Amino acid sequence: MNPWEIGRFAFLGLLANKVRTGLTMLGVLIGVGAVILLVAVGNGSSKSVQASIESLGTNLITVSHTAGGGRFGAAGRGSELKDLTLDDARALVDPVRAPHVKSAAPVQNTTGSVVYAGQTTTVNSVVGTTPDWFATTNHEVARGTALTAADVDNSRKVVVLGGTTVENVFGPEDPVGKDVLLSGIPFRVVGVLATKGGAGQDTDDTIVLPVSTLRASLAGYGSLSQITVQATSSGATDEAEAEITAILDARHKITSSAQTDYRIVNQASLLSANDETNRTFTVLLGAVAAISLLVGGIGITNIMLVTVAERTREIGIRKAIGAPRGAILGQFLAESTLLSVLGGALGVAAGLFSARFTVVGIEPAVVPSSVFAAFGVSVALGLFFGGYPAARAASLRPIEALRHE
Amino acid sequence: MSAPAPVIDIRQVAKVYGRGDAAVHALRGVDLAVDQGDFVAVMGSSGSGKSTLMNILGCLDTPSGGRYLLDGTDVGGLDEHQLSLVRNRRIGFVFQSFNLIPRTTALANVELPLAYAGVRARERRRRALAALALVGLGERTHHRPNELSGGQQQRVAVARALVTAPALLLADEPTGNLDSRSTEEVLDIIARLNATGRTIVLITHEDEVAERAKRVVRLVDGLVAEDRRQDGARRGTRRAAFRAVGA
Repeated sequence: MNPWEIGRFAFLGLLANKVRTGLTMLGVLIGVGAVILLVAVGNGSSKSVQASIESLGTNLITVSHTAGGGRFGAAGRGSELKDLTLDDARALVDPVRAPHVKSAAPVQNTTGSVVYAGQTTTVNSVVGTTPDWFATTNHEVARGTALTAADVDNSRKVVVLGGTTVENVFGPEDPVGKDVLLSGIPFRVVGVLATKGGAGQDTDDTIVLPVSTLRASLAGYGSLSQITVQATSSGATDEAEAEITAILDARHKITSSAQTDYRIVNQASLLSANDETNRTFTVLLGAVAAISLLVGGIGITNIMLVTVAERTREIGIRKAIGAPRGAILGQFLAESTLLSVLGGALGVAAGLFSARFTVVGIEPAVVPSSVFAAFGVSVALGLFFGGYPAARAASLRPIEALRHE
Repeated sequence: MSAPAPVIDIRQVAKVYGRGDAAVHALRGVDLAVDQGDFVAVMGSSGSGKSTLMNILGCLDTPSGGRYLLDGTDVGGLDEHQLSLVRNRRIGFVFQSFNLIPRTTALANVELPLAYAGVRARERRRRALAALALVGLGERTHHRPNELSGGQQQRVAVARALVTAPALLLADEPTGNLDSRSTEEVLDIIARLNATGRTIVLITHEDEVAERAKRVVRLVDGLVAEDRRQDGARRGTRRAAFRAVGA
């Protein structure tokens, strides 16, 4: 018998019992599809968090003030803590002492609510800063203009609004040029930030105004909340961090680490920490997927064993009419191959198809290796558990196979 | 007619199932020679070893002792592949329970031995259709076993057994599961095959079936108890009667 003939026999064999064939393929399909989809969801969530962190800028470094109790040893030294000042922020941009710092912007945060046309709306964050803030934090102005140095110098009452804030306060109206009340003080809207999106807190619900204006009329003087620093590249954040430490230590006359009155948070380290978390998450999902593949595999194994046991009599008949062992083995191997390859291919198709939809708010990203692994494992299982019992049955004496119940 | 070697020649064939105290001696040393063109009915009560003998003759089982020469060749010395060739080319086997491949058409069932023999598809179809026509099933080639009556299934099985044109046809109680009408049909086909020169060995416990054979071998407790030739007269009468019915 030639291979084509054996393939035809296998095909006819599968066709002869459509329900069994269908169920077996369904088992393989679900096993393979589940693995692909689950791994894709894990990978997708990891990617989306990564992307939202990257949109903040991976070369971003935040220097924040240790406001009492922020760090061990800082508490109880209240008056000894030096404020982060606008001068500190300016001092960090120094091409000689800090060649890896590209820009730095002072930030003073407060909260507040906006009144427009008699309606009061609470805003997530009110940020007092300088024009450098826009470039440093990767914010772009979608409409109108950004803050200018003159705005800061003259403490002008102007604001740039985040996308969500505009939606909440103005709806579809164009806010540029309108006046709003911020804590009872009228401000003119000069611009609107481009929407950034991102996971977790809505970073688009924000109001940006000159730091001088904020300090003069809303929050009062004192320490800055933080200084946002942009390193020259995401690879230079460690060097930039060291330079910042050197400059601030000198300015604040800090000689030992116990005296440190500021904290530096590196966005890149945040990213890698997050990456770690997500890898754990993906591994977890992979484990779930592996279990589902195992269960699917046991299903394949089971149905293959049942099939062969059920067909041992048939093998006996075939042997009695003169089928050589090779032909029987070939047929059963070809049947298992067809089953598992077709089922696996359908599973890959189902997995890839369902990965195109958003699953519980996560856009799945297919991992190619998971596709190959799932497909390979199911095909291997199908081949082995279809082939091995068939090989055993084929080597029985015909009468033994015929009497098999 | 003088055959140089008998088609079947078994010498002191024994078969033991199990071992030790639990050993069951199904055959205790059977000698039997069947010449070409003979029609032998093997009779015996259940447990006499007749099915065991038949399975050994059909190369479906191996004896525990003794020799089996098929057309002068010692079957015991053949390997697995050669045995499959013997089953395919030399022997046609008909079972009591038909043993057709389920969910497969009559035609495909009959084509199967030819497929294993490596016959091309077109030739295969031609010969399978001819064999089905010979057993009177030319019209039901595309029916599956579950769509056929017992007699029709057994006729498909006979067609499958003779499609490779083996010189030897073995039948293990071919009519055991059939009603009297189907029994006559199947026996008539077998008798016709014998008339065209094929060697037939069949097992039965019905005297009416054994009557149609030329020779009756009776097994008792794994030994040949009786081996007699029958007069052809009654056979002739019955065959004549059948011809009359068939015409």
